Parts: sequence; C-alpha cells; structure tokens
Amino acid sequence: MRTVNLESQKTGTMSKAKEKSAKKRVVEEDDDQLPIFDKDVTEKKAGEEEDADLSDSEESVFSGLEDSGSDSHDEEEDAEEGDDEEEDDDEAVILDEILTKSSGVETATEPPATDKNKPTQPDEKPASRRKMKKGEGVAMDDGGEKGLITIRHGDEYEHDTSDEEDIRNTVGNIPMEWYQDYPHIGYNLDGKKIFKPIRNKDELDEFLDKMENPDYWRTVHDKTTASDIRLSDEQVDLVHRLQKGQFGDINFNEYEPSVDFFTNEVMIHPVTNRPQDKRSFIPSLIEKEKVSKLVHAIKMGWIKPRKPKETTPQYYDLWAKEDPNAILGRHKMHVPAPKMRLPGHEESYNPPPEYLLTEEERMAWEQQDAEDRKLPFLPQKHSCLRAVPAFSRFIHERFERCLDLYLCPRQRKMRVNVNPEDLIPKLPKPKDLQPFPTTMSLVYIGHTSLVRSISASPTGQWLVSGSDDCTVRFWEVNTGRCMKTLEVGGAVKSVVWNPNQAVCLVAVCFESTVLLLNPALGDRLVVSSTDQLITSYEPPEEDKEQAVTWALSEGPEHDNGHRLTLTHPKAVKQVVWHGKGDYLASVMPDNSSNLQVLIHQVSKRRTQNPFRKNKGLVQCVSFHPLRPYFFVATQRYVRVYNLIKQELTKKLMTNCKWISSMAIHPGGDNLICGSYDCRLAWFDLDLSTKPYKMLRHHKKALRGVAYHKHYPLFASGADDGSVIICHGMVYNDLLQNPLIVPVKVLKGHQITHDLGVLDVTFHPTQPWVFSSGADATIRLFT
Amino acid sequence: MGGLQKKKYERGSATNYITRNKARKKLQLSLADFRRLCILKGIYPHEPKHKKKVNKGSTAPRTFYLLKDIRFLLHEPIVRKFREYKVFVRKLRKAYGKAEWTGVERLRDNKPGYKLDHIIKERYPTFIDALRDIDDALSMCFLFSTFARTGKCHVQTITLCRRLTVEWMNYVVASRSLQKVFISIKGIYYQADVLGQLITWLVPYQFAHDHPTDVDYRVMATFTEMYTTLFGFINFRLYQTLNLVYPPKLDSKAESELKAEHEEDYAMDSESYLEKLSALSASLARVVATAEEEENQLDQFPADGEDIENMEAREKEQKEQEDQNRLFEGLKFFLNREVPRESLAFILRCFGAEVSWDKSLCIGGTYDVTDETITHQIVDRPDIDKQYINRYYIQPQWVFDSVNAKMCLPVEDYFLGVTLPPHLSPFVEEKDGDYVPPEKLKLMALQRGEKHVQEEEEEEDEDEDDDDDEEEDNDEEDEDLTEEKNLKKMEDQRSQGKTLAVKVTPGKVKPWETGSVGNKVRLEQEEKAEEKRLAIMMMKKKEKYLYDKIMFGKKRTTREANKLAAKRKAHEDTSKAEKKQKKAKKK
Repeated sequence: MRTVNLESQKTGTMSKAKEKSAKKRVVEEDDDQLPIFDKDVTEKKAGEEEDADLSDSEESVFSGLEDSGSDSHDEEEDAEEGDDEEEDDDEAVILDEILTKSSGVETATEPPATDKNKPTQPDEKPASRRKMKKGEGVAMDDGGEKGLITIRHGDEYEHDTSDEEDIRNTVGNIPMEWYQDYPHIGYNLDGKKIFKPIRNKDELDEFLDKMENPDYWRTVHDKTTASDIRLSDEQVDLVHRLQKGQFGDINFNEYEPSVDFFTNEVMIHPVTNRPQDKRSFIPSLIEKEKVSKLVHAIKMGWIKPRKPKETTPQYYDLWAKEDPNAILGRHKMHVPAPKMRLPGHEESYNPPPEYLLTEEERMAWEQQDAEDRKLPFLPQKHSCLRAVPAFSRFIHERFERCLDLYLCPRQRKMRVNVNPEDLIPKLPKPKDLQPFPTTMSLVYIGHTSLVRSISASPTGQWLVSGSDDCTVRFWEVNTGRCMKTLEVGGAVKSVVWNPNQAVCLVAVCFESTVLLLNPALGDRLVVSSTDQLITSYEPPEEDKEQAVTWALSEGPEHDNGHRLTLTHPKAVKQVVWHGKGDYLASVMPDNSSNLQVLIHQVSKRRTQNPFRKNKGLVQCVSFHPLRPYFFVATQRYVRVYNLIKQELTKKLMTNCKWISSMAIHPGGDNLICGSYDCRLAWFDLDLSTKPYKMLRHHKKALRGVAYHKHYPLFASGADDGSVIICHGMVYNDLLQNPLIVPVKVLKGHQITHDLGVLDVTFHPTQPWVFSSGADATIRLFT
Repeated sequence: MGGLQKKKYERGSATNYITRNKARKKLQLSLADFRRLCILKGIYPHEPKHKKKVNKGSTAPRTFYLLKDIRFLLHEPIVRKFREYKVFVRKLRKAYGKAEWTGVERLRDNKPGYKLDHIIKERYPTFIDALRDIDDALSMCFLFSTFARTGKCHVQTITLCRRLTVEWMNYVVASRSLQKVFISIKGIYYQADVLGQLITWLVPYQFAHDHPTDVDYRVMATFTEMYTTLFGFINFRLYQTLNLVYPPKLDSKAESELKAEHEEDYAMDSESYLEKLSALSASLARVVATAEEEENQLDQFPADGEDIENMEAREKEQKEQEDQNRLFEGLKFFLNREVPRESLAFILRCFGAEVSWDKSLCIGGTYDVTDETITHQIVDRPDIDKQYINRYYIQPQWVFDSVNAKMCLPVEDYFLGVTLPPHLSPFVEEKDGDYVPPEKLKLMALQRGEKHVQEEEEEEDEDEDDDDDEEEDNDEEDEDLTEEKNLKKMEDQRSQGKTLAVKVTPGKVKPWETGSVGNKVRLEQEEKAEEKRLAIMMMKKKEKYLYDKIMFGKKRTTREANKLAAKRKAHEDTSKAEKKQKKAKKK
C-alpha cells in the first residue's frame, strides 16, 4: 500500500512538471512543437470519446490501476506508427517493436508492469522519444529486466529536475529590477544577451490592449523574458482549479476504491521458503560444556539435590547448661502473667443446687453487661457427663487470655494483707484513765425553749443557764433544784459566771445588752462584798466617750439582782470573763465594721475596742488563763493577741470551714476548736500553728467544747445529740506531745429541730460535765 | 544562677516510656509484625505511674512500653527475618502476577523461616522458669489439637500440638504427677505437680468447634508457635528427667503386643504410632532399664527439735502423696464407648489402674469386656443390658471425685441410673467465713475417717423419712443430740438447713441475762466493744478508710455465704416437701 501511495504522489508532481514544460512550449510557440499539442488534443478527443478516466495517460500508467490502458495504447501505437512513418525512421520502429516484445517476454512474471510500461512509452513527448529510442534501446538490450526499469525511470525523471526546465534566461531567480537600467534582461543559454523589447508598453498601450485584446485576461507578463504569455485553456482551467483548492489534474480521483493487497487470509505457503540452518541441527558446544561441568560437579558431590525442608521442629535439651549469669536484670524486673483463675464450685457440670441461679438472678444476669457480670457464664446442671455440651465461648476465652497476655499492662500491686485489728491504734484503756463522767445522773428541767448557754459557779455549787425562752435560771447542782428564774428582755445568748470566787457576778447577754447579775446565792459575805464593789465605783473626773453605756440598776431590777447594764450598739453574741474576774469581753459579730469585740473593765466601768481593723467575722473570743493573751476566733482562723504589747503573736490555721466554739486549756498552751464541719482541732501552741490533732468523732456540727479545770478532760457537744468526753493529757515535759484518748460517748439529749447539744461545761472541781440541749434540758453526767 | 533552661519532658519518667506507635516506628515494623514480636519476646505494655507526665501533658489514652524493652527488641535477629519474609511475600506475589510458576516454586523452596529456640532460652533462663509459665501453653495446645484440619490454621501446627499434648499426657502418666481433676462446663481441668510446680490446664470437650468470627486467629497462631517451641523443649527435658526416650517410644513389650492386631488399619506408620501413644495404655520405653517402681526413701538426717517435726511432717506428706498415686492400683477398669475415653484413660493410668476399652473404639485396648478380672466398668447410660456380677458399674464422676478426695469413694452413690451427688471443685479452699457446701463437709468427714457413723445416721434418717412422716420431730431431736455430741462440727451443721433453726434457740442467751456471771461477761463484752469503738474513732483517716474497706469486704463475704446457705435451705425444704407429696400420693 505504501509504495502505491508514494507512486501516486510522484506521479502528481511529475504531471505538474510536465504541464509547466508544456506552458513554456506554448510560450515559445515553436512550430515543431505544435504537433505535440495537436496530438494532445487528439488524444484528449480520443479519450473523451471512450472514457475520460481511461484516456489520461501519465497518471494511469504509474498508478498501475489502469487495465483498459491497452485500448489507448493501441491507438497511440497507431499514432506513433504514424509519426514514425512520417519521420521515416524504420529502425526505431523495429527496435521499439523488439523492445515491446522482449519486455513482453521477459516481464512475464510481472504482467501488470509490462502492461503499464507499454502505454507509458507513447505518452512521452515524441521529440525526446526519438532521441531515447536509439540510446536507451541499446541499454535495454544489455540490462534485461532491470534495464527496463531504469529506462522507465530515466524517462520519468528526465524533465523532472529544475535544472532541466525550459529556461531561456540564465540569470537565475533574482529580482529583475536589477536589470532595469540595462538594455538587456539577462543571458540566454548561449551566453548572448537577451534584449528587452524595444518599446515598453506604456499605460495607454496597456489600456488599449485591455480594451481590444480579447485574450487580455489570460495574458501574463513574464518578467524574466519581458514577454507576455497567453495562457492556454488548460492552464486557465488549472489556475481555476487550484484557486478552488482542487487537484490540478481533472482526472485525478481522490476517492479511489482501496485495494486490499495483503489480505487477512492465511496463506498456505511460507513467505520465505528459506531452509533451516545447519547449526540448528548440531548440538551446541557451549551448552555441552556447561552440562558437562554440572555433571562433573554432581559427580564430585559439589552439587546436591535440594533437600526437602525439615518441617518438624527439632527439640533438644535447651537448658543443658543453665547459666546463672543468664538471669539478667530483665528477668528480675519481669512481672509474670497472673495465672488463670481456678474454677469454683459454680463452674462444675453438676454443682450443688445453691450455686445455680434462680429465675430472677438469671434474668438479672442476662440483662447485665458482659463486663459487669460477676460470673462470666451461667452455672448449669447436667444429670450426667454424657449430656454436657461443648462450651460455646471456649475459643473466645482463650483468645481473650491471649489478648490479656500481650496487651495488658502489668503492674505489681501491693496487696494490703493486714489484719484489720492491727489497724486499730493501741490506746490506754479508758478504765485506766478514770475519773471521767460515765453516766447521766441529773436532768435539770424547767426551760421551755432551747438552752443556749450554761455556766457553773466557781465553787461548783450553782449552775446558771440562759435559754431562748428569755429566762435565766439558777440551779443547785447537787439537787437539780431551780433556785431562781430571771426574766430578761430577750433570748439569752450567753451566760458566764465570774471565775473569781470572791465575787458573785454572772454576765448575761441578750440582744444588744450585757447584764451583770448578782444572783445572791451562796456565801452572804461574798454577795454583799460584790454589791459593795459595784457601788464603790467613783466616776472619773473627765468623762470619756465610750462605745457602751454603763447603767447601774435600781429599784425592782436591783431586787431581782440586776447590777449593771451595758448597752451595746449591736447585738451581742458572747461574753467572756477574764480569769481574774475584773475584765469582761463581749462579741458583736459584724462583718462590716471593726467594732466586733469590746473589753470592759467592771471595776472602772470602762470599755475599749482593742481592734482597729476588721479581720473577719468574729465567732468567739477568750482570755488566756494566765498570761495577757487574747484569743479571737474568726470563721477559719484563731488569732492570738498580746494585750500588753498590743500585737498579733500567732495565727492558728484550723483547717475548718467554720469555727463554732473554742476553749483554752487551763495550762494555757493548748487550745481546742470545735467547728460546724464536725471537726475538733487540738492546737499545741508551742508546737505549731496547725492542729496537732484533728478529731472527727462527731457526726454533726460541733456546738460547744470545754476543758476541765483540773482533770485532763475535755468535752465536745454536737448536733448529733452526743457529748464525747476525751482524755487530753498535757505533759509538763515539752518533748512529750499531749495524749488524746476518747473515753466516753455520752448520750441523752433528744434532737429537736436538727439541734442536739448546744453547750457543755465542766464542773469546776468534780469530773462532771453539764450539757445543755435543744430539748430545753440541762443534763449532768457524773 | 544561670545554666541551661530545663525543658519539660526531657528527663524523668517521660523518657522511660515510649508509645506503641513510636516504638513501632523505631523498630521499622508494621503493626502486625510488632504485635508478633511482642508476643514472641513476651514484651507487654507498662502503666506509668504518672500518665500525664509520660504522655507529655496529654491525657489521651495511649499504650506505653518501657523504652528499655523496645531497645532490647532493637537487636533481635528475628526482626530481620520478619523483613525477609516481607520481601519474600512481595516477590512471590510478583511471580504469581507474572505467572512465573518455576519462580514461584523456587521462591517457595527458599521460603525464609525462623527458629524461636534462642528466644525461649532468653525468656526462660532456667528450666523451672519455663515450667512455671506452661499453663497457658498447655491449654492452648490442647485447644489447637482439637481443631479440625481444615481452614483456621496449618495442619502441621495441629499435628504438632497433638503430638506435644500426647507426649505431655504420657509424661504425666509416667511420672504419676496428676493431683486434681475437675469437670466443668467449659471442659476438664487437670492439675499436676510437676517438679514442685503446680500446673493447671483445661482441655475442651471433644466436639467440633464453631469458629467465632470475632477472634483473630493470627494472634492465636503466633502464641501457639511460641508455645509449641517452649512445650517441645520442656517435654524433652521432662522425658530426660525420667530417663524416658524422647520422642517417646512404647515399651518393647507393649509394642509387640499392640503390633499384631491393628497394623493393617493404618496407612502410615507414624500416624499409627501417635495413635498408639495417645491410647495411653502402654508404658514408655526408658533409656536405662530400671525397676518399675523405684522407692526413693528420704534419707534420715540427724535432727532435733523443730527439725524433727518438720521431717515428720514431710515424711507424712510424702507418704500421703504416694498413697494417692497408688489410688487405683490393682483395679481393672473397662470404659464403655460413651464415656470420654482419653481423659478417663489418662486419669486412671495416672493412678496406676489398668484400663481397656472396646477394640472398635480406639487402638490400644488390652482386654475385652468379657474379662472376668475387671473390677469396675465405667458407664454413662441409664441402664445396661448385660451385667457381670463381679464388677461395679459406675458413672465416670466417681473417678473424678475419688481422685479429688484422694480415696476411693463409696461406689453406691455412683451406680447406674442413680442421681449423682454434686461434683465439687477441688480448687476451692474455703477460709473461715466462706460458705462451705454440705457435700464438702461430708467429704472432709469421710477423709478424717468418721464416715461410717455419719453415713449410717444419714441413711437411717432417710429411712425414717421414708417410713413415717410423723417421726419428723423426733428426727430433729435426734439431730440436736448429735449436734451436742460433736460441738466441733457446729459450723458444718449451721449451714445445713435443718439445724439452722435450732441454733437460734434462746437457751444459750438466757444464762447471760439472768445469771450474775453472765451479766459480768456481757458487761465485759460491752465494755470491750465500746473500747474498740472509741479506738476506731481515733484512727487516722487513711487507716480508717482501709479498715472500712476490709470490714466491708468481710461483710460482703458473710452476706454471700448467708445467701448461699439460705438458698440451700430453701432447696432442701422444697425437695423434702416434694418427697412428702409423693409419698402421700402413693398412700
């Protein structure tokens, strides 16, 4: 197919070249050449007569498609013969005939080629032909078939090169303006000048020509020869066709039917019939050498057949040489995996009946998540071994074990394997720590509302109590008899008996008043001397402005026992006596001012405010029993002030949320704090500002704490209705820490309105404790 | 002053731990390979004390390994083998893709493999270490040996597991080291005392497994790979200690006996040999021919004081042990076809019995059903047609219970068709306060040798029950009497339903209330209780917490025990009522 295409292209170019030469001939208008034109014309006519396609010579020849060429060939042969006859060139004719014959014989193998050859010859221009037929014919005789081919090619390309073009002017392809100033426009083949036409056409000539010459439109000016050329009809046609973008040749068919040269049919004969080489029958030497080498190697035992691989593992005594050095730190650090849990009775195939789950238990088991289940399986009972099925989760459990082995972090957990009894601290037996109150012996009944505060007289004979029913009652301790009842103007918050035995005074606070009472109980002398002490007061010369107004009671109030009334600006919560009995402190809790604590001196009826700054809501205050220290408990801290130096000496952190009460050890170096968050903090002032011991004995908020004056005892009362007596021994040896042992839990108070015991106080001499409660009673435990 | 600024997480615990992903990257292994390596080398994650510190401040849940462990893995030769294997797989896949079958074959021939010997040696530097860790290996191999030879894992693994387990059972038989057995719903537990180590393993029942889909068999296979290696070496060593030939060979005498009959049934010699071994009916060949039973007497050392006591105790213990080992000596058993042959043969042989079974059941049966010298035949069906007069027909549970009780239990409870007594776990050791099932108490009494009185009484009781309902009251009185007799067993009876009611009689409390002596005692007690209460008040917070926890646990156990006891009582009541009803109907 390729070759065909190529040829067709060639023919295309060739045809153009021929046409060019044809033009030139036209231009020359040689007489000799005329017959050619004529012939062409005749040819065309002949072609037209038969078939336009067939008539065309040159194309069809080379395309090799022309079968009917023979017809035209005959005609042309005739014409040739005619030509030959005209020129009387017999020899050539004979030669030609020989040529055709020989070619016919020799190209028998290629019949189509000869067919094509024949028609080609007549197409050549007769002029050239004549030359050829002699020379080439000879060549043909020698060369045989190849010669024929060369002849044909020679013919074809004779005029194909640009060198062979019909060139009249030899100046070449130069701008012709260069010759403008010369009389000639170039040189002909013989080297003679070609002169310009004598008279150039001017505009008028041009115009006239245009007007008169009917062929003006097909006249072209050839600059190289400076001559006008009239284009022939064919040439004009060609120009038109080229302008339209068509093929130059009218007869060229663009849409030739394709011919399938190489069919898909399998040929029975080989394309090449080349016999096989000899070497393909002879054994290879190189291979032989290789094989012999292998054979030798096998013989010598160098190459052995591949052994089947050992699939069964080989075991030997791995620990034959147990090396103690091989035990590394790694192995000591290694935590061996815990063994699987051993099965209990419930896993048996035939467990005792109590291990089987009841219906409810089974339901519960099924509803639980797999992780929450206590047993990972349902206990089952089978009547005999034969009836036991396979355990469906066996592989699962093994797999889970595998996962545990390689995924679970291992940790040595120290299991506390202690006897719980060992955890209980060894304390001295309470029996050895006697005396302490153990039983409730007396109940003082009389109040109608909760008893907020109680206080025992320094002699231990009397007890005073203040209650929310606005009364203060005086009791005889041993009999439980109410000696006196005093109505005061409000709910009594605090009552305190003056600790000085030589003075019989009781401080009572209610609302914003602190009342000093003389109960007139006990020794007459003491009572009268107390009255004398109060009346002997002489007001100083210069009256100072005081925060509190002191008023002496008179009339019926005096008869009731009222002696002095201190009217405070705010509600008073607590009053406290100094150990000597002359000073008195009152607390007016108020978060927003510095006037919270006042210290009064009874003998001089003087009041002062010791603090300039507000350090928080004051809960309670207390005097140091021996030294001039003053304790102020705010919500969370206890501050210790030196009254003489007038400075803060200590700040105790109680670690409580809200302090409720405070008591100072009679030695003065220890302090207990009760708090609403159920704690009791024991401070050793010499030790630290943090609690030495934190006791969480009570279940509910502590309301009152107290130290015994002589015995190593302290008590705490709380909202859970109990009073806990602890042995709190303080040693003189500073190196020994106080010993705290709870010795008794005293119960008796009923809880009313979520309140239990409100105050506790010890008897000054006996190991007895009084407690007042929200159930409006006071109880004595001995 | 001055110095470099300390950066966070560059010292301390943060540098001692490494996350799993980082470890994986450090080792340049895929997750699967890393997992395999961890399994083989026994590396497990660690829980750092301060997780947040180690996790660089983040609280995301991560797995941490000790950096030291990972460094230790870095120069493990097996890691290279893993990489080689990876390359092998790649090449093989390529060869398959190109359909180069010769290449495939060549590659397959040169498949890289690895051995775990050095890892075993490294993980268990001494034999005892290895033996201690064999529980899981045993259970795993027993499981794998029951797998069907299709699918889930390589056939070689299964056969290897089977071989190793058979070897192990043979060793246990030869060394007579089995201690306890237990039939659970999961399978059969065995416990053996091998060279002083208690080894427990679980064997599943012989059923086809339905393989769960949510189980990663690769993990299991990796474990098995490691376990089989370990197990093989242990078996070798164990056989060596007993002077047995390894791999095990049957005694020449036994072999000749077995040879004649069944040779033609098996295509392969090796297969039949394993079968013969697994039959467990013949003894094994020894390297050095010795007397069968070598009495290893304890040497007498001159000792005094405590040492003598210890010695005596030890001697006694050993004697007991020997007695137990000879539990079934001289007895001849025959196993019916419906009982699990392997486990029963194993147990019976461990205690010196002779065992045989039907020829069609398995290779290795030494005598027939018709043998007149058979003493026990183990049957697990309600009735049997042809019974021989001079042998006991018992259910398999008798064997297990007898082994656990370390004595031959009376066979009456285990006859054909009889409702079996509950099968108790021998692994439970009750502490005081725990619930003890009454069967266990009975058994303990039996072991102490008080069996006959108790037994007869019980039976009498039952007889009486059967005879007359009216005598019930008398019954109880009788029991009261017995209770008074042996106060020692008060505990036992408490849990027994009948006597529970009796225990709470006011009679015991009365003297305390009335008598002055009792009052004193009570006072004293109260005082003590108060003392304790007060002392508890003074406990430190930490100790108090611990104390509360312990007490809570104690309370829980007692609660549970009480619950079980109550359940038992209820059960007995109902069963009694049913009995009565039946009788009433009969009448």
